[in-house]
Amino acid sequence: MGAQGLQFLAKSNLADTPLLQVAGLSKFYGGRIGCEDVSFDLYPGEVLGIVGESGSGKSTLLSCLAGHLTPDAGMVIFDTGTGPRDTVTMSEPERRRLARTDWAFVHQNPRDGLRMGISAGGNVGERLMAIGARHYGDIRARAIDWTGRVEIAPDRIDDRPSQFSGGMQQRLQIARNLITGPRLVFMDEPTGGLDVSVQARLLDLLRGLVREMGLSAILVTHDLAVVRLLADRLMVMKDGRVIEQGLTDQVLDDPQHAYTQLLVSSVLQV
Amino acid sequence: MTDQAYNFAYLDEATKRMIRRAILKAVAVPGYQVPFASREMPMPYGWGTGGVQVTAACLVPDDTLKVIDQGADDTTNAVSIRKFFERTAGVAVTEKTADATIIQTRHRIPETPLREGQILVYQVPIPEPLRFLEPRETETRKMHELEEYGLMHVKLYEDIARHGQIATSYDYPVKVEGRYVMDPSPIPKFDNPKLGGNAAIQLFGAGREQRIYALPPYTDVVSLDFDDHPFVASKAAHDCDLCASADSYLDEVVIDDHGGRMFVCSDTDFCAQRRDAGHVGRLGALTPKGGA
Repeated sequence: MGAQGLQFLAKSNLADTPLLQVAGLSKFYGGRIGCEDVSFDLYPGEVLGIVGESGSGKSTLLSCLAGHLTPDAGMVIFDTGTGPRDTVTMSEPERRRLARTDWAFVHQNPRDGLRMGISAGGNVGERLMAIGARHYGDIRARAIDWTGRVEIAPDRIDDRPSQFSGGMQQRLQIARNLITGPRLVFMDEPTGGLDVSVQARLLDLLRGLVREMGLSAILVTHDLAVVRLLADRLMVMKDGRVIEQGLTDQVLDDPQHAYTQLLVSSVLQV
Repeated sequence: MTDQAYNFAYLDEATKRMIRRAILKAVAVPGYQVPFASREMPMPYGWGTGGVQVTAACLVPDDTLKVIDQGADDTTNAVSIRKFFERTAGVAVTEKTADATIIQTRHRIPETPLREGQILVYQVPIPEPLRFLEPRETETRKMHELEEYGLMHVKLYEDIARHGQIATSYDYPVKVEGRYVMDPSPIPKFDNPKLGGNAAIQLFGAGREQRIYALPPYTDVVSLDFDDHPFVASKAAHDCDLCASADSYLDEVVIDDHGGRMFVCSDTDFCAQRRDAGHVGRLGALTPKGGA
């Protein structure tokens, strides 16, 4: 067997253990259901799309997974460097450390994910400084590298995000999140509020980065075209529950559940 | 004489006990901001209400008090606070750093090295070093709790990106005993090296923000910096024009309408003592002692 075959074996071995195992995850807002009994496995390098209409619980689910909300029941087991750990019962410092290193969170509104009063370079470099980088030259060089990778010109690095267009802000947010080389990216409507041509470029960029860095991602959106392009697997949510899941193409081309059929047929054709 | 209408040092005994408890906790956890029930004082916020309350809680009848404002004993704020305690506590006052047991200061550390047994009380406007970077108090507390101080370096990064160097010249953040990041009050960064390993007790009072924090004697204090942009304690590149001191912190004073200016020690007591000892600066012979 050649070196390539060995490499392939090693890779497939790696992919045998899920990066994230979610079991019976539930979150209630008083008597109302946020999300209920959600279970799935996410393997390294896999992109999982979560679709559903507004109020279907997809953002609640994402917040529970990312540790922004504490779920009322269930487990979120993440394969950390030192073995699988339940992030729900993990101590807060540990969870926040994960959020700074192995995880990334891309907000729908870049204002939520960026510091608007701080230059683009400072925004991108913050995660490096948060994990202990103390060499200005290195931090700046990596910030310039990353702003370049998301197609922001190097001469804009000292400008504030408030001087950027919406699309640039979103790209900056992505650079800020990916600079520490996370293994799992949470994305909440990353293309929301952008016009279609900007959306297309952003999706192109995201797809490139996900492939190139071997990222796993959980992508929440109501835009079926976005999941068609980015996601390997798809979960459809309604009223807080997962009603259908499977390979993206399979779910979109041959929807089984009545609601999924409605969702797929509701997409406007140009 | 003490004005009998007031309790010793203005505040009632119960209030002083409350403040002392906060001070003890602050000394026990160096650099940690201890909340306290700040009282209304007969002066506006921003004029040293926190410092005055800490001083009042520390004063005993045998104390000798010195009050400085930006290093000077003779400015309005310093004179008012000194007179306030002369009247309400009847304590002895002095302008000499070496003779004082308690020194209340606004934005300077005296040039004369402090000794054991002295207390230095700082007036603090904004005790939270992370405040201008993170406006949410819940979040800054969490950041202190979890030692998440990366944001502090973002501020320094911004300085270098914009000005080519760390342009923060006062209020320069420090890390205390490798744990808490602390705001040293708006002292010039020239004074930062004097925070660490100091023989005196250093107490910080923020009245409006209701926080007390402290550095016990000989505490380890490090000014934050980058490996390739190390901390530099800067001052004006001149000697004092009155006392010729080369290593004291200087104020720039405009002296005429033709661009004439002089540099004088900001610490008036230090300058006067050097002049009394016979040191004469560039303009020292022309200027009468006791005023620049």
